[in-house]
Amino acid sequence: MSTEKKILICLGTSGIAAGGKAVLANFETHLAQAGKADEYRLVSVGDRGLFRDVLVDVIDGLGRTTYEHVRPEDVEDIVQTHIVGGELYAPRAAGADYHEFFASQTRIVLANCGEINPECIDEYCAAGGYAALQAAIFEPAHMLTDTVKASGLRGRGGGGFPTGVKWQFTADAPGEQKYIICNADEGDPGAFMDRAILEGDPHAVVEGMILAGLAVGATEGYIYCRAEYPLAIARLEVAIAQATERGMLGESILNTPKSFTLKIKAGAGAFVCGEETALIASIEGKRGNPVSKPPFPAQSGLWGCPTLINNVETFANVPPIVRNGAEWFAQYGTENSKGTKVFALAGKVKNTGLVEVPMGMTIRHLVDGPGGGMLVKRLPLKGVQLGGPSGGCLPASLLDTPVDYESITQTGAIMGSGGMVVMDTQSCMVDIARFFVEFTVAESCGKCTPCRVGLKRMLEILEDICSGQGTPAHLDFLSEMGETIKSMSLCGLGQTAPNPVLTTMKYYPEEYAAHVEDRECPAHVCAELVDFVVDDDKCIRCGACSRACPAEAVHWQKGQLAKIDSDRCIQCKACISACKFDAIR
Amino acid sequence: MSIDITKVESILAASGRGKGVLIPILQAVQNEFGYVPREAVDCVAETLDVFPVDIYGILTFYSQFYLEPRGRYTIRVCQGTACHVMGSKEVLDHFSRQLGIEDGGTTEDGVFSLERVACLGCCGMAPVVAVGEEFYGAVDMTKADELIATWRAKAEESE
Repeated sequence: MSTEKKILICLGTSGIAAGGKAVLANFETHLAQAGKADEYRLVSVGDRGLFRDVLVDVIDGLGRTTYEHVRPEDVEDIVQTHIVGGELYAPRAAGADYHEFFASQTRIVLANCGEINPECIDEYCAAGGYAALQAAIFEPAHMLTDTVKASGLRGRGGGGFPTGVKWQFTADAPGEQKYIICNADEGDPGAFMDRAILEGDPHAVVEGMILAGLAVGATEGYIYCRAEYPLAIARLEVAIAQATERGMLGESILNTPKSFTLKIKAGAGAFVCGEETALIASIEGKRGNPVSKPPFPAQSGLWGCPTLINNVETFANVPPIVRNGAEWFAQYGTENSKGTKVFALAGKVKNTGLVEVPMGMTIRHLVDGPGGGMLVKRLPLKGVQLGGPSGGCLPASLLDTPVDYESITQTGAIMGSGGMVVMDTQSCMVDIARFFVEFTVAESCGKCTPCRVGLKRMLEILEDICSGQGTPAHLDFLSEMGETIKSMSLCGLGQTAPNPVLTTMKYYPEEYAAHVEDRECPAHVCAELVDFVVDDDKCIRCGACSRACPAEAVHWQKGQLAKIDSDRCIQCKACISACKFDAIR
Repeated sequence: MSIDITKVESILAASGRGKGVLIPILQAVQNEFGYVPREAVDCVAETLDVFPVDIYGILTFYSQFYLEPRGRYTIRVCQGTACHVMGSKEVLDHFSRQLGIEDGGTTEDGVFSLERVACLGCCGMAPVVAVGEEFYGAVDMTKADELIATWRAKAEESE
């Protein structure tokens, strides 16, 4: 339907936060006033993965026009100039940046995000949705597993276990009752691809789970979604209701004897529940303590029954694979890592957002291509943090590492769920390590001693180092303790928690040395190691620091060097953030 | 403070008795009261025939459950990686100073509770702060002050 005129408005969590609902309402009003309400269809879509306040696409005789940073007050002008006048409304037209961000991507799982109305099953079907189910339901179940196996798809939640093999294990496991679980407990700070998929294309996940159910012979499924994602849960509920109404879910799917039902379980806030055995315990209504494997969930999972657990992105890959064939999927990626991966690019890059690229791209390509380079040109890249609290920091010298499971593991980091946080010279690597350990200490379930006690000791040492109390002996302790925790913890949380410390120690030894030997923080992040004095040579006497100070500790008069009153200073670093000239040390 | 126990009873009546119902029941109780009161724990324990200690085990394990009443609006300051790199620690400290409460605390007037959260999943908008259900991006100290003023005014208005 290329002739249909429509206006797409991005209304995911980010779009709504930027005032998207008011933009939508204003379009309704102004289109009606201009007498164009019947001509253009207004469609609310999910976030497209690039944060540009509210994004609006107008598709009409002018082709497809994207407007970015749209404020509610811009809507009248867009309607008057574009819709009525037939001309581009230049002030909000998306720039080259926007188009480059998408041009360098290959979108398979994000294809529908920001393009279709996630609360409308017809739009999903029009984009090819549920075609895979309609074809697969009449074929023998093993064909589905064979297709997924042949595609080379590996688990996108971090582990990278071959998905087809997992399906096979579950299918082969003896048992009348089997379960499918979707792990939507996206807890890695810095990863938000699962949220975008659930908000932007929930039917893809639902369809992927139904296909998995057919393949392994499960009739019940659970989506375990973190409660921090209320919009994702709401949209999943809509998708499940619609799919049930159309006979894709529930008893006798598409009038066959096969059945599959889906329930949503809202998490209650525990990072460790991303670990599959802890997640199962949580669905069972218990504390989310992991248990040792084997038995694997494929043999004995939810309520002791064979259970298949995959994450959101993995399930979202399944319908396109079944629809287009294993070979089509396998053309993307590398020998051992097939397909695409969605990365959540964030931190100090120009374009932050979700980037889907074929496996095997280099980190440099991601940062310079879709990322658009560094946020502040004069501050060079210092490191890239991959894989959240379980991952590691890679220095600028390793930017040409390809992103596939094996290459990343070799560096000491892990692919993880795909969080990629870019840091410039204003980030302190010791502080970053401390930050992650602080997180894992809080989230450790406490079952294994090395993880519960060992991480806490590591945190105390790191805090000492950051506050200028560190000694060289502390560094030996950190590496030794890190290795012990890795080898002696039961679950993935403990086994990977020391990674951020070990990788930063490996790649940034000089920064640790500066902290323990010279009592200096080269990035001026660790407040106790910063003097809070203004450098006469660098200061241009602009007064930005004085204005930013919440404690009135920076004295400044027009044309004069700013002075920091150490008695009043609360070491909040507002002045350092405000100074564009690195004049405060 | 005594609570209206019939509300707990109706939650229990509306819920099934099958496997895995305990956490959803506790979530419903918290939605009703804003926290999980002691009387509610006793009532749930008796009805489901479990020990109260097992319920406290769950309540203290998951960070979303509260055992004390909360402020009217919860200010959640994201401390995810992207937010951390963009200065969210300073934002959290600023809220803490301005409101005079620590992470997890509630202001004396009962308007605000302050909480650090691991990740709100909007890393592109870092540093992110959520007040109630509303999300705010690129929050610095100035914007933090504005948020406190806006929401305090809202609280006074609705009183």
